[in-house]
Amino acid sequence: MSEVLEAPVPQSRRVRRRASQRATSLFSNGEPMVWLTGGALALCVVMIVGMLCLVAVQGSGTFWPRALERFERLGASAVLGEVVQRETYEPNAAAFAGRDEATALELRARAERAGNVAERWLVRTENFELTGTHYTWVSDFEVTARSQPEWALSIERREGGPFYGELVGFDVGGERVATEPGAAWALFEEHLPAVVERVEARRAIERDEIGRVNRALEEQRLAVRRAELEHGPDAAPTRAARELAAAREQALQSEFQRLRGEIEALVRQNERFGLMIESADGTETRIPLGQVVRAFPVNQLGLSGRIGVYGARTAEFLTDEPRESNTEGGVLPAIFGTVTMTLVMSLLVVPFGVLAALYLREYAKPGPLVSFVRIAVNNLAGVPSIVFGVFGLGFFCYFVGASIDQLFYSENLPSPTFGTGGVLWASLTLALLTLPVVIVPTEEALAAVPSSMREGSYACGATKWQTIRRIVLPRALPGILTGMILAIARGAGEVAPLMLVGAVKLAPELPIDGEAPFVHPSRSFMHLGFHIYDLGFQSPNSEAAKPMVYTTTLLLIGIVVLLNVVAIAVRAKLRRRFQGAQV
Amino acid sequence: MIRARSETLRSEVVRKSVKPSPSIGGGSTSGQASHERPTRKVFDAVSEKRTFEAELHPALLTEEMVLEVDGFSLFYGAAQALWEISMGIPKGKVTALIGPSGCGKSTLLRSVNRMNDLIDTVRISGTMRLNGDAIYAPGVDVIELRKRIGMVFQKPNPFPMSIFENVIYSLRIDGERKKSVLEEVCEASLRGAGLWEEVKDRLHDSALRLSGGQQQRLCIARAIAAEPEVLLLDEPCSALDPIATGRIEDLIEELKGSYSILMVTHNMQQASRTSDYTAFMYLGRLVEYGPTEELFVQPRLSETEDYVTGRFG
Ligand SMILES: Nc1ncnc2c1ncn2[C@@H]1O[C@H](COP(=O)(O)OP(=O)(O)O)[C@@H](O)[C@H]1O
Ligand SMILES: [Mg+2]
Repeated sequence: MSEVLEAPVPQSRRVRRRASQRATSLFSNGEPMVWLTGGALALCVVMIVGMLCLVAVQGSGTFWPRALERFERLGASAVLGEVVQRETYEPNAAAFAGRDEATALELRARAERAGNVAERWLVRTENFELTGTHYTWVSDFEVTARSQPEWALSIERREGGPFYGELVGFDVGGERVATEPGAAWALFEEHLPAVVERVEARRAIERDEIGRVNRALEEQRLAVRRAELEHGPDAAPTRAARELAAAREQALQSEFQRLRGEIEALVRQNERFGLMIESADGTETRIPLGQVVRAFPVNQLGLSGRIGVYGARTAEFLTDEPRESNTEGGVLPAIFGTVTMTLVMSLLVVPFGVLAALYLREYAKPGPLVSFVRIAVNNLAGVPSIVFGVFGLGFFCYFVGASIDQLFYSENLPSPTFGTGGVLWASLTLALLTLPVVIVPTEEALAAVPSSMREGSYACGATKWQTIRRIVLPRALPGILTGMILAIARGAGEVAPLMLVGAVKLAPELPIDGEAPFVHPSRSFMHLGFHIYDLGFQSPNSEAAKPMVYTTTLLLIGIVVLLNVVAIAVRAKLRRRFQGAQV
Repeated sequence: MIRARSETLRSEVVRKSVKPSPSIGGGSTSGQASHERPTRKVFDAVSEKRTFEAELHPALLTEEMVLEVDGFSLFYGAAQALWEISMGIPKGKVTALIGPSGCGKSTLLRSVNRMNDLIDTVRISGTMRLNGDAIYAPGVDVIELRKRIGMVFQKPNPFPMSIFENVIYSLRIDGERKKSVLEEVCEASLRGAGLWEEVKDRLHDSALRLSGGQQQRLCIARAIAAEPEVLLLDEPCSALDPIATGRIEDLIEELKGSYSILMVTHNMQQASRTSDYTAFMYLGRLVEYGPTEELFVQPRLSETEDYVTGRFG
């Protein structure tokens, strides 16, 4: 009896147990997954935003003129410079080294009085040719006085890096015409514009006139070479060409000498003026005005003055050519190279990618072969980019380029024209690299065009191509642009393959300029990504170049974002055109 | 699966309810009294997988045909979707195709302008003639053929371009450039489709911003812009609300006479309201075809009566 009664009980208990298990199991209700997925997303966002913030903060601060502080130190010479970092630390024996015993003891006592915790500042002192260093650590216990000298000048020079020091006089032709800082500053401001003008004139001569003479000389050489190739080295026309070239060369050489003379005169004129600067350790240095890019008494500047300096430095950065093995000056050639290369790449990759996607999606009969091609294309995106670089070098430069040289530029040989890295080969290589990035979204966009639209078009008597051109492609355009955006983002930031196929450390001649034939697809070029690598890891003093690395990185990110924003805006506009209120 | 089962159920029900017929699979005899309504055993034809000779009303003999279908069969791969359909579509009249879902109405319609060519597995036999020109003869230019036939689909499918460009699409693909011609055709077609007043001020707006009913009328305007010899409408109202449906029906009424229309509809009222002739199809066979009134009021076959009175389908 009791057994019969009890029979259903275990069953219901089992049910209840299962229910309670469900309630306690972490994964049976959705909560933990929400936290897991949300947390992963948050982590990603934090990392990306953190990186962007770091680059933005560090990069945008580089050009801000900071106060020049002078630290008088016990037992060591004074330092003058910008404080770039501060930290607290526990001084050890090394902190007191390099002083005589009494001073060291005194310093130790001072540090101990402060509880053996000291503050120290990293001071950017510059004046590299005098001190052999860019930075100096200054600890609080060694400082006897700290001030911001009124006439501390921050001078940016054309060569040798910045110079910090106090203005003590102005020198004209070896004669000190002012000994009082105010007067010296007035003279400096008076003479600087003329000096800068002469510097510009010199630059113009070097770039344009001497460049022209050099090209003419090269042309003569090539004319002779051409004649040799065509008629043989001893034929009459060759000899005539050689004589003609020799005569012309004479004229060009004298022209060259005249230009050199002009330059020297300009330099001599500029050499006459000099700023007398006393650096923190008391040495006096004469800085010729011709060397000065910009000088300002930073401690006297108000906010507007500093903003002015900031703007001027930023403008120089964006519009000038690099100086001092790329660590100073501007990055215009690199900006230009990056943008040109990216645009040419897009112009190459988008049509090719779209055509390939059209064939895959619209014309090819679906089957194993098409699937195989599709998988292969997708996998192409995963090939390391350096492989594309090697391929580009081997195929475009050494095969295609060398063949072009053989056919059209044989007189230049053995120095290559197209047979080496250049902006065209770099663009082609990156186009290849980004091809899958275009094909995949384009194919998806083509597949997403409703079949009802195609049928409607066919029913109107349209051919396949008319349907593709008038219905499918316009409708898929936003997707195609997505591909282009991805390609730009991928291509503009790529560095490794470029190092093999045309990006160089310094290329003052832009791929597009005023010299016929205006477009020079064979020229090597500068690239911001490569510039960053070069600046940060190849420059003689990478520590000093660090701020510029951040600034250049910020610029590269900015350019990529800008290119993308433009493409996204175009896409949004197209989307609006194709999207109705009701569908 | 489900459909197949319900069909067997239905056929059993019908078989029980009708009295046996003397003429099994025989030719149509016009002398037969219409009220007798013999069962022609469509269901037997279906279950025995054979063709079925349609019951054609004599009124059709007096009509001039724009489209003639003769012994037309169509296969999707191995599955036969149309079984030797023979029928003519009268010129300047509206002909409605009715029948339960999946009976091959759309397939028949799409065969007329050879839209089925787009499907690789389709095979056909039999002939179709458009104003005497064979549609399926070898060497027929399908593109040219489709330009002679207008088609409107179940779901409005305006192209992603302006209203103007939508309407003159068929002229554009013919390379017509003259603005005056294009504008004239656009206005005439939109007026013809009863849409002109609503859109004349925004011809260059995107067509996708129109309402569903307007989009469908735009598609009709697009179809009549090419002056087609036949207009094929595949359930043009099934995606629309009742008001928009009413407007399309009025429009079909207006187009009657100037165009020969072949229209698929799911809706019995619509067929009876708008069409001159009605063809009833069942599982790929043409069952009965005649003037709409006769078909709805005095159908010759009991299957037709069952369907039009809503007893099945
Ligand atoms: N593309 C296709 N491939 C294979 N079978 C199809 C295809 N289109 C339609 N069918 C089949 O053909 C038959 C008729 O379809 P359809 O003409 O669309 O019917 P209706 O328009 O009368 O509802 C259905 O059984 C359907 O499953
Ligand atoms: Mg249908």
